[in-house]
Amino acid sequence: MSAPSPNAHVSVSGLRVTVGGGAAIVDDVGFEIARGEVLALIGESGSGKTTIALAMLGYARAGCRIAGGRVQVGDTDVLGLSAAGLADLRGRRVAYIPQSAAAAFNPAQRLMTQVTESARIHGLLDRAAAERKAVGLFRALALPDPEGVGERFPHQVSGGQLQRITAAMALITDPDLVILDEPTTALDVTTQIEVLRAFRTVVRELHTTAIYVSHDLAVVAQMADRIIVLKGGRMQEEAPTQRLLDAPAHPYTRELLAAFAPSPRRMEAPVAAPALLEVNGLVAGYGPQARDGAPMVPVLHDVGFAIPAGSVLGVIGESGCGKSTLARVIAGLLPAARGTVKLRGENLPARVADRSRDQLRRVQIVFQSADTALNPARTVRHILARPLKFYHGLDGDAARRRVDALLDMVRLPATLADRPPGALSGGQKQRVNFARALAAEPELILCDEVTSALDAVVGAAVLDLLAELKRELGLSYLFISHDLSTVRAICDQVLILYFGHRMEYAQSGAMLQRPMHPYSDLLIASVPELRTGWLDSVGPTREATPSRHRTACVFFPRCPVSIAGLCDTTPPPPRPLSKGAEILCHRDEASLLAVQDAMKEMP
Amino acid sequence: MRRLSPISMAALAVVVAWALAAVLAPWIAPFPPGRIVTRDSLADLSFRFPLGTDYLGRDMLSRVLFGARYTLGIAALSTSLACLMGVTLGLTAAARGGWFDMAASRILDAMISVPSLLAALVVVSSLGSSIPVLIAVAAVIYTPGAYRLSRAIAVNINAMDFVAVARARGEGTLYLIAAEILPNMILPVLTDFGLRFVFVVLLLTGMSFLGLGIQPPNADWGTLVRENVEGLSFGAPAVITPALAIATLTIAVNALIDSVATGRRDDDIR
Repeated sequence: MSAPSPNAHVSVSGLRVTVGGGAAIVDDVGFEIARGEVLALIGESGSGKTTIALAMLGYARAGCRIAGGRVQVGDTDVLGLSAAGLADLRGRRVAYIPQSAAAAFNPAQRLMTQVTESARIHGLLDRAAAERKAVGLFRALALPDPEGVGERFPHQVSGGQLQRITAAMALITDPDLVILDEPTTALDVTTQIEVLRAFRTVVRELHTTAIYVSHDLAVVAQMADRIIVLKGGRMQEEAPTQRLLDAPAHPYTRELLAAFAPSPRRMEAPVAAPALLEVNGLVAGYGPQARDGAPMVPVLHDVGFAIPAGSVLGVIGESGCGKSTLARVIAGLLPAARGTVKLRGENLPARVADRSRDQLRRVQIVFQSADTALNPARTVRHILARPLKFYHGLDGDAARRRVDALLDMVRLPATLADRPPGALSGGQKQRVNFARALAAEPELILCDEVTSALDAVVGAAVLDLLAELKRELGLSYLFISHDLSTVRAICDQVLILYFGHRMEYAQSGAMLQRPMHPYSDLLIASVPELRTGWLDSVGPTREATPSRHRTACVFFPRCPVSIAGLCDTTPPPPRPLSKGAEILCHRDEASLLAVQDAMKEMP
Repeated sequence: MRRLSPISMAALAVVVAWALAAVLAPWIAPFPPGRIVTRDSLADLSFRFPLGTDYLGRDMLSRVLFGARYTLGIAALSTSLACLMGVTLGLTAAARGGWFDMAASRILDAMISVPSLLAALVVVSSLGSSIPVLIAVAAVIYTPGAYRLSRAIAVNINAMDFVAVARARGEGTLYLIAAEILPNMILPVLTDFGLRFVFVVLLLTGMSFLGLGIQPPNADWGTLVRENVEGLSFGAPAVITPALAIATLTIAVNALIDSVATGRRDDDIR
């Protein structure tokens, strides 16, 4: 590497991080960042992006070692620092914003104490000055009630607010370099917008130098001036953001860009097919039941839909909207308080215990996190053999052959069969997860966020597998996701849930056509687009808060086109739209179309 | 396989040595434990009596070796019983929930609130001291603790998706417990077993010291300390060796558990 150029504020050269026996997980990485510049490190899990970011703090995770190279921040050689020197550097000159804000805060201390902690530890500001500065940062981060929010405890603010407060915590010492490690990955798209906007505002105002670590190109496109694409701990491509998006030079970059917009895997659904699963008037929730049968904490309110045989229904909504609860109710894990679930016209009892083995076999559930969905104490073969024995009475050689066939069906080598789940990658685990469901030979698979925990490329491969299996085996899916583009790629129908209410129920093709429910509009507009100016073009999303009035439209506090005096007092009626959808809204088709067109006109 | 640290190797050696002593006592003890072999009572260490003699002139080495049978045997049996009952109840409560969990938890909580040594003294003095009674009393006293721990762990595992998948498949409670939950909590349960074993040893020797445990002429280590306590004033080995036996056993078991627990923690970090 050449000598650092004079205007480089941060310069890294020949960085090498090894693990355990000496295998390099990061090798020969070098870059420079000018003052006030935001550099993005992008790559899939295992690409070394977080390892590089942590090396800026002179830190390597347990079992890893920084084996070589140079990291210079300002005029400090970070890797040459003593323990005391590092302690002085960390939190003061180089600050770190982690992915999970909830895990980064001490639940027993007030936010203000934690935000001002590093300024006090390093003796930079006295208490009053630090608190004044924190309030200023809260204001810059567009937090509601900047004077009062510091007095709260972490559980008293929302996830998006908490994530913004981590930024205040990092910026309180005016650091030379801020590292943002996937700070919005765990957030809903609607929340993500506000957090991104707040981050970008302060980074620009304070002229902060930053490294932004992410796997999401669209998010990075909003934040970064320059992007480095990483794979397997090595740099693949480095380019200014706009150029990387317009003219990716490296094949891997092109692959990443392609995985970003999943191509449709839908086929012409047999429209006339009889309903496989029919759900009507479903009410479910947690806690003791009131006298009228309603649960204390209702999660689903009067949800109904039908899945024709061989088709896919997508269920979308923000976290807490009840989409996972819906899957649990259909699987019989959470008995519904009211409503019916019918499988091929036959009533399914509410509880697992009351269902026949054949009914159980025909509906299988696959969970989001493959890490917790596979028993770590069992081998893959054992995990797959159990449903074969349970539903089909297979054991011995017949079961062995069937397990091998199942692994083949999910495109996994048979050699994996005797490993425990801990020895598999995330994508492999999710395939085993599917194989287990397939072992039952089901008609319907309930997929609960099955690609959310996976990298884009791996997730796309799992979607391909789902589409293939559907074609080969004539399966139907209930596909739950918070990611609109995934749902669009695989689903025939879409159901949008908001606080347990079915806001819109439409054919997938009609989903993108206006008029749509104002909430659908908000969700669709919130999905980051792969272009640099996107963040400036979207309107405010507001935080999800249920309406106070029992009879009001649940979306009222957030609705940009609500009608005062009507929406806040009267429950919205179901309203069929001519595009082939049904929404819950007071506005009729013409009026929705008019307001939505008017909104798009606005800059 | 992880290599043991020197401390845990030493601890393991001590535990194995005491277990061997208990098993092999009839063959390796130089004298029958109850026979008076010399007039020289509370004698010092000598070539003929490596651990001295007791207040009646019996060989201390033989008595300590035979005492190990009572102390280790009763403790192992009652700890196994306590863990078996506690873990079974705890797992069932976690997997079934509802009224069973409620009832089991409240009843066993009530049992925890009774001071253990006091309860043991009352039961033993009313029923009379015999080995089956001692085993049963210690097992009952330590069941609630084993229950609390295993229920707490099992509730966490029970909330995991792989258990939900098995439940949605239609599996019964027994399968959920045996195949899905238990294999994932073996390590903490084993650690707890060791810890509880130490408590039982202390309870048992404590009761014997108070005269309510193993009755003469048989003697566990607690009884040995009590019998020879008059030798304390002139430092007779007869009172010190059984006390040392209790100390080495409990410390060694503790150290061994520690190494298992830390080893596991380091694995998790990696």
